[in-house]
Amino acid sequence: MSSYEKGWKEVSIAGVCWLPSTKYLTGDWSPYKPVRDKAKCNKCLLCHMYCPDGAVIWNSKAEDIEFNYNFCKGCGICANECPQGAIEIILK
Amino acid sequence: MSFTWKFTAREIAEKPELLAPGHRMCSGCGAAIVHRLVLKAVRGPTIVTHPTGCVEVTTAIYPYTSWRVPWVHTAFETAAANAAGIEAAFKALRRRGRLKYDHVDVMAFAGDGGTYDIGIQALSGALERGHDFLYVLYDNEAYMNTGIQRSGGTPLGAWTTTTPAGTKIPGKPEPRKPIEDIVVAHGVPYVATASPAHWMDLVVKARKGLEAKGPAFLHVIAPCPRGWRYESSKTIELSRLAVETCVFPLWECVDGEHKLSAPSKAIALKPDLKKPVVEYLKAQGRFSHLFTPEFERVIDEIQRVVDKRWYLLLKKCSV
Repeated sequence: MSSYEKGWKEVSIAGVCWLPSTKYLTGDWSPYKPVRDKAKCNKCLLCHMYCPDGAVIWNSKAEDIEFNYNFCKGCGICANECPQGAIEIILK
Repeated sequence: MSFTWKFTAREIAEKPELLAPGHRMCSGCGAAIVHRLVLKAVRGPTIVTHPTGCVEVTTAIYPYTSWRVPWVHTAFETAAANAAGIEAAFKALRRRGRLKYDHVDVMAFAGDGGTYDIGIQALSGALERGHDFLYVLYDNEAYMNTGIQRSGGTPLGAWTTTTPAGTKIPGKPEPRKPIEDIVVAHGVPYVATASPAHWMDLVVKARKGLEAKGPAFLHVIAPCPRGWRYESSKTIELSRLAVETCVFPLWECVDGEHKLSAPSKAIALKPDLKKPVVEYLKAQGRFSHLFTPEFERVIDEIQRVVDKRWYLLLKKCSV
């Protein structure tokens, strides 16, 4: 991390953050990950609304839901709230 | 106030994620869901300000930032004062013709500590001066960021590290402060309560708050898996239970007139749907000490306080 951190002379005034947090992957926080049964899913998008990490993405081109495992913290809210029971939490 | 914005789930899902993933809020954090959903309601250029709190420390850990909107961090007690200052600065710029936008929305997010206790004088001042901003209180009912200390928003009987349940006290001895009523008493144009479980209601209310001419206040419950002691997957379930047991009823108050929102109105019209408060309490570890012979009476006391507040709310909504 220190290799690309700026020194005190280059840091902006008041130490304003300058890297997007998308460069910090939180996907390895949990041993669990969600998997979706495409046959059961009716794309109601509740999993997208209830994901704390924005890790459930609506791909408008493919008209489908995708999980971004780089950021999923494996909390299991999507599996708990899915009205179709289409999401399952499994060990990675 | 006429409100015409209509949307579908798909439209909301296609909106950009203004709180970028990669923030370091806990797994299953309710506050993160609240922020994502409220930020889906923005209507144009927006500036967000945050006092110290869970979300501030987890979204701006140097050198990373999760904010895709201009974002200002301020001291714990000054969220509303800061938002007022931003709004006043835009007014001054517009007067001098130096603003290229027609309108810039100002949002202040604060936790329960930064609103109920530390930030209340700044909030009261900004509401009284009538600045045009939306104040969102994400209420996780204690100072979770520093390790679960009690706040003015902690409910009766809840265990925290500063109100430990033991032989002397059954958790926090006092009920929580009715902050919404305090804000309503300031005579502001829009006040509402919301729960992330009813996400559409939350997004609509956030947009109504932004569109209101003058200060708007949105009180959102944000369950905290660490502090409330429950499994991280139950966040939405608990925020729904809070509405169903009337611990956290949903309503809005436009220009001083109270109106129940759909999930709570259903309970008001059909009282059989109202669940006993025990269901909400037993789902959380912070109330587990109440299920012993010693403190059983506190459950009745909690039910009494909840029923009393629900009754007063129904009267205000003239149901």
